Amino acid sequence: MSETDTQTTDGTETARRPGRERGREDGKFGRYGGQYVPEALMPAIEELTDAYERYVLDNEDGFMDEFRRRLADFGGRPTPLQRADRLSERYGRDVYLKREDLLHGGAHKLNNALGQALLAKYMGKERIIAETGAGQHGTATAMAAAHLDMPCTIYMGERDINRQRPNVFRMKLNGAEVKPVTTGRGTLKEAISETMRDWAATVEDTHYVIGSVVGPHPFPVMVRDFQAVISEEAREQAREKTGQLPTDIVACAGGGSNTMGAFAGFVDDGAVSLHAVEAGGSTLEVDEEAGVAPNSASLYTGEEGVLHGARTKLLQDRDGQIMESHSVSSGLDYAGVGPELAYLVDEGRVNPVAVDDDAALAGFHRLSRTEGIIPALETAHAFGFLEDHHEELGDRVVVNVSGRGDKDLEAVIEETDQREIAGAPDMSMFTEGI
Amino acid sequence: MADEPTATGDGDRSDSADPADSAARVTAEGTRANSAAIAEAFADGPAYVPYLVVGDPDAASSKAYVEALDRGGADVIELGLPFSEPIAEGPTIQEALVRALDAGMTPDRFFAFAEGLDVDAALVCMTYYNLIYQYGAASGPRPFVERAAAAGIEGLVVPDLPAEEADPLREACDEFGLDLVFIVAPTTRGDRLDRIMERVSGYVYVQARLGTTGARSDVSEQTTESLDRLSGYDVPKAVGFGISTGEHAERIVAGGADGVIVGSALVDIVGDGVANDRPTAAVADRLESLSRELKEGAERGYAARVGAAESQ
Ligand SMILES: Cc1ncc(COP(=O)(O)O)c(C=O)c1O
Repeated sequence: MSETDTQTTDGTETARRPGRERGREDGKFGRYGGQYVPEALMPAIEELTDAYERYVLDNEDGFMDEFRRRLADFGGRPTPLQRADRLSERYGRDVYLKREDLLHGGAHKLNNALGQALLAKYMGKERIIAETGAGQHGTATAMAAAHLDMPCTIYMGERDINRQRPNVFRMKLNGAEVKPVTTGRGTLKEAISETMRDWAATVEDTHYVIGSVVGPHPFPVMVRDFQAVISEEAREQAREKTGQLPTDIVACAGGGSNTMGAFAGFVDDGAVSLHAVEAGGSTLEVDEEAGVAPNSASLYTGEEGVLHGARTKLLQDRDGQIMESHSVSSGLDYAGVGPELAYLVDEGRVNPVAVDDDAALAGFHRLSRTEGIIPALETAHAFGFLEDHHEELGDRVVVNVSGRGDKDLEAVIEETDQREIAGAPDMSMFTEGI
Repeated sequence: MADEPTATGDGDRSDSADPADSAARVTAEGTRANSAAIAEAFADGPAYVPYLVVGDPDAASSKAYVEALDRGGADVIELGLPFSEPIAEGPTIQEALVRALDAGMTPDRFFAFAEGLDVDAALVCMTYYNLIYQYGAASGPRPFVERAAAAGIEGLVVPDLPAEEADPLREACDEFGLDLVFIVAPTTRGDRLDRIMERVSGYVYVQARLGTTGARSDVSEQTTESLDRLSGYDVPKAVGFGISTGEHAERIVAGGADGVIVGSALVDIVGDGVANDRPTAAVADRLESLSRELKEGAERGYAARVGAAESQ
């Protein structure tokens, strides 16, 4: 039994929290999950499953103790649960922010990257590779690799490299090699495929640090378990601050790692509503002919299929070809989603919602202006949801601030200039100079 | 012994080559064989198994190219049905898949293409699981396999479907008389190898090296090791990944393989034709002559192996 379960609950509940253990046994979440990968990767995946069970679940050699110590000392955990005073006033209910933007690196991504890099070390792997979309996972992996003294290669779509330049600099500063991926549209989907190809050639000495709760078993459960520290802390902090559990948890969802991290500790608390906010992009309609979905709402509009090692909900055309997704935020720009989220949506446990680019940008500016927190564009989708749907929520809402927005400033200047956003500052002085 | 010349027990194959019996069967040694045509392709001498992407760069040229492989001596032809996320492919085949998708290839057009081919070789479809899973109105792999069988496809290779997830597809293949080929990697050993060999039929695809597809200039030692590990299993062993010359084919067959699978070296010729705007007939000629070279290489390797076995 993992200590992660006992750490933040009062001990008497641990026996009755099946939601925290879902998928650990066989990597299946109802009809979703599984291991759809080339044969060359299967032995590595079996080796990883074994390491996950021993080190993460059974804390062999004190792995989890070292992980928690490094998350505290290097990462800066725990992160605060902060009451957002202006938003609380605006929406007529208590809004709390789980401040993952304050984690080292500026996003929740380090929880997972540090966990997996450390696990790679325990497994005796010599090198780590990772894909990245927004560059946050790449940055977190590069930091973790430098911290643990391991060489590291990051695959990143060419288009994302252009959208997220500050993160590319950060990865390089931390000593990582950044390899541009030019296939397809050059976003996260292509970067994952390319990293899997590298791994297929190098499995014997290399660990693939996947960046979200996606991919073949054991990645979805393992990444969830590393990210679950978010909700373990938040659950405890909410009780301390309010004496009760929250009524609602809101988190954005690309692959869904901050989402599952924010939900995991509450999945078994039936009274707590869980809202997964996806990128609605410019519209929810798809262009079958061109194979383009101008959104990334795979939970909300997707259909069951198999991508990147797992059966899950996907944006795909009638034949099963994967669509090119779109979002103003690179980190949500993905045609798939974690299989556990697909399952929880089918079960009615998680409420999937889509927020479009405009509402996300408005949310970005609102949080920046009124609370003094510049959120990542990914996170901003959660605040777009809050604005439009707060009346459907309970009295104590926790929003997971999955990351900070410094990486997005160039994109925000450009996107804001193209829109009328109430209360947004005039950006023309920046765009004219560009 | 790894280099036994008739490594696959001819008795079983002539058994399963009985066209009257197309139902699933397990031979005495536990080897499945559904397709008589595939069994025959491996029956006397080494099989030359070329791969091309269907619809690359367009359906009409692609038909000419596949038929050129057949004239060049193909025993089995692996027809690639393009998928948008081909995680097992290297750059050469990725680019070909993109060309075919851009030219409008779909599963239905693929089946129509297969039906229109004038070839003697047995046809095998190589694609990714999502396309198989999504095909048709009913969910699951059955509609795809039913349609494939109607189009004259004799077997399937699905690089992202490991044995653990393959039972529904295995069942559908047995129902419609198709073989299901699995890939064995240099890293596949022990229980995993048994699990795969329990489910494989037709032939086993021995991946010559780690990594993705792509033509290479040398032939890896991992191949010999893999063939050694497989020597106890009675199913034809076709080696692929990186083979590009007749000399490679010769060495691989001399080393114990029952067949050679060649993809990227052929796809390179198509890609070169596109890049340099070469006439379809010229590209087809090059495909045919490389095929001849590969097939002759495989036959030389086989003769050397038989000779070595006889002189022992
Ligand atoms: C700040 C931030 N939030 C959310 C995401 C989306 O990832 P996930 O859905 O796995 O949490 C990203 C991805 O890059 C991110 O950088």
